[in-house]
Amino acid sequence: MFEGLDAIFLARLQFAFTVSFHFIFPSFSIGLASYLAVLEGLWLWTGRQVYLDLFKYWLKIFALAFGMGVVSGIVMSYQFGTNWSVFSDKAGPIVGPLMAYEVLTAFFLEAGFLGVMLFGMNRVGKGLHFAATLAVAVGTFFSAFWILSANSWMQTPAGYAINAGGQFVPADWWAIVFNPSFPYRLVHTVFGAYLTTALVVGAVGAWHLLRARPAEKGANEGARVMFSMAMGMITVVAPLQIFAGDQHGLNTLEHQPVKVMAMEGHFQSHPDGAPLVLFGWPDEAAGKNLFAVEIPKASSLILKHSWDAPLKGLDTVDRKDWPPVPVVFWSFRIMVGMGMLMLTLAAFSLLARMRKRLYDWPLLHRLALAMGPAGFVAVIAGWVTTEVGRQPYTVYGLLRTVDSASALDAPAVGASLLAFVVVYFFAFGAGTYYILKLMSHPPHFGEEGPRRDQPVRAAGITPAPAVAESLATGKEA
Amino acid sequence: MPFDLPMFFAFIIAFAILAYVVMDGFDLGVGILFPLLPVGRERDSAINSVAPVWDGNETWLVMGGGGLLAAFPLAYGMILSALYAPIIAMLLALVFRGVAFEFRWRDPRHRPLWDMAFTGGSIVAALAQGITLGALLQGIAVQNRSYAGGWFDWLTPFSLLVGISLVCGYALLGSTWLVMKSEGSLQERCHRLAFRLGIATIVAMAAVSAATPFLRDAYWMRWFAWPQVLFTAQVPLLVAIVTFVLFWSLRRGHHYTPFLMALALFGLGLAGLGVSIYPFVVPPSVSIWDAAAPHDSLRFMLPGVLIMVPIILAYTGYSYWVFRGKTGHEGYH
Repeated sequence: MFEGLDAIFLARLQFAFTVSFHFIFPSFSIGLASYLAVLEGLWLWTGRQVYLDLFKYWLKIFALAFGMGVVSGIVMSYQFGTNWSVFSDKAGPIVGPLMAYEVLTAFFLEAGFLGVMLFGMNRVGKGLHFAATLAVAVGTFFSAFWILSANSWMQTPAGYAINAGGQFVPADWWAIVFNPSFPYRLVHTVFGAYLTTALVVGAVGAWHLLRARPAEKGANEGARVMFSMAMGMITVVAPLQIFAGDQHGLNTLEHQPVKVMAMEGHFQSHPDGAPLVLFGWPDEAAGKNLFAVEIPKASSLILKHSWDAPLKGLDTVDRKDWPPVPVVFWSFRIMVGMGMLMLTLAAFSLLARMRKRLYDWPLLHRLALAMGPAGFVAVIAGWVTTEVGRQPYTVYGLLRTVDSASALDAPAVGASLLAFVVVYFFAFGAGTYYILKLMSHPPHFGEEGPRRDQPVRAAGITPAPAVAESLATGKEA
Repeated sequence: MPFDLPMFFAFIIAFAILAYVVMDGFDLGVGILFPLLPVGRERDSAINSVAPVWDGNETWLVMGGGGLLAAFPLAYGMILSALYAPIIAMLLALVFRGVAFEFRWRDPRHRPLWDMAFTGGSIVAALAQGITLGALLQGIAVQNRSYAGGWFDWLTPFSLLVGISLVCGYALLGSTWLVMKSEGSLQERCHRLAFRLGIATIVAMAAVSAATPFLRDAYWMRWFAWPQVLFTAQVPLLVAIVTFVLFWSLRRGHHYTPFLMALALFGLGLAGLGVSIYPFVVPPSVSIWDAAAPHDSLRFMLPGVLIMVPIILAYTGYSYWVFRGKTGHEGYH
């Protein structure tokens, strides 16, 4: 059934599918781990019960998301070899050690302290427990650092030489780790993770604020605190993220101009000011945008900070070096659109906060609820933009994607792709359902934590018996 | 045997594989034994005994894979693309069993389904790992720095034998782990299982050991050539001693010794493997030095390994220590 398809296209599809699914979990858990550390820190500092309640509430959700992130991450660490063995051979001497440092400094740290963080509060005491939470949060950041360094090196390779075997070999590790696009990508991705988490936390808070009956308005302190914290985070980070994204774009223009041409839909060169294409349908074959809505010269203003600055178009690039223009063009617009919506939510919530109506403005709560998944959409769209925009290369400008793959036949890759799709939708679909189920219960006073009477964790990673009972009986834990 | 950077990293990766095999081995073993345990308290206790540590255990698998990519990128690409089907099967199986840890508690109505996923995932993962090992021992056809064989070269009676042996071995680790961590009826049941699994594992090990020297002349020479037979003969001798202590301690009702002996059996198994394939990382043609990453890559990782591995071992030990002792089952229902 896969005979007619190109094995390399299938391998790319499989990588895109597994990495997109995988990244949903870390983009949430990077932010959530930090949020949990903040909540526990606030609890230890102020002694307010609500922070502990929220900590335990989000801890259960964290456990599920983290578990799914781990198992989908193991897949990634092997897929370079199964499907991209030539890339592994050639780029392994550089990206391999970066990933090895990720394992050594991040994965073990997270996994080692996760058990203590999730279930050890009654076993190790408050101080050590907080240290474990911090270790997990720091681990997620270390992980982002190394994997984004490796990814950025593939986008903007630096500090390398090429040996007789055709391998990239390290010449300057400092230049490799801190390659030109890395600082921008790191900031942009970490902000993205924080926004994603804040949007989810805000949506859950909004949901419970909306659901509270009028008489109970304001009764649920937990929902109010999480909503306020999330909106505060978005108000601060959304504008910063737009600024960081702009800077990242300028960096891309400098190092990967062809990617920017595709993002902007610039088929033609514009010697005296390029238009900003708001919408349109890039027609690659014809080399122009159909139905384009444009603002004259605005693209030059954004990218070059001058109305009349010349910008080269794809007409200056050999077609065999073009990335797939429509995908890059549209994924970029989806990401930017989500960013603008986040900015709107940030402004709206700031207005509500100043008018002291943060907890009783249903329109705001509905908007926040609707925006719950916006972070995931933006993060995935952003990754599609940057990764598809890197095509047709795996190591930008140096190693083509067609020259990177394992010599596998289409039916083998097609079968494994199909298996991944089925297993992921089944397993992670169920997990998402369980997470939503947990979120549908409001946080409440004295949130159930690990039981004290048990010598070892009661159940699973989370204090599940109580929750399991609540699922069975339909009552709250 | 020159002790240079490639050799050092070969030892590090061998250590990661050993750490993975024994640690994830016992929690995969618990999954394999799951259908033999009655639904309810015994199953809950069994899964609770591994729940705090499985995630850390599985990280050694990422270390093995990531380390191979970093230190022996050529071997990483060759082995994984040659063994595409078993590797993908292992990864998918690990997804199922990994999520089952949490999901079975979240959804009591579908708990039997997630228990099946836990067991099925554990068995398939163990089988696939064994097949991978067997296929690697058989040798991998290589040309121009790439795999040059067919899709199903990995599937032979020998690789299946190794696969089944590993399922038995993991089940032995799981049963002795539960003897150590549980009490009452669960412990008694696992004690009985450990006897049978011990016999099965020893028989399987003997079969694999007997078949291996016939795979390649080089293996035969390595084991039986004079005078290194004096050295290699220590491995079966030690296996015999460990086996004796295993059964003796089971008979005496010891709680800790059987698990330690099962660990020792795995350690010796890996030592035997090392004897067979050294100096190759992809038998029969790619040696540790052929596949090693450039010197600068290895040197860059050296401080990371020297500093981080002891720290990792320390806090891994700490997290085991936090959850030490018998896993109770009181107060679940």
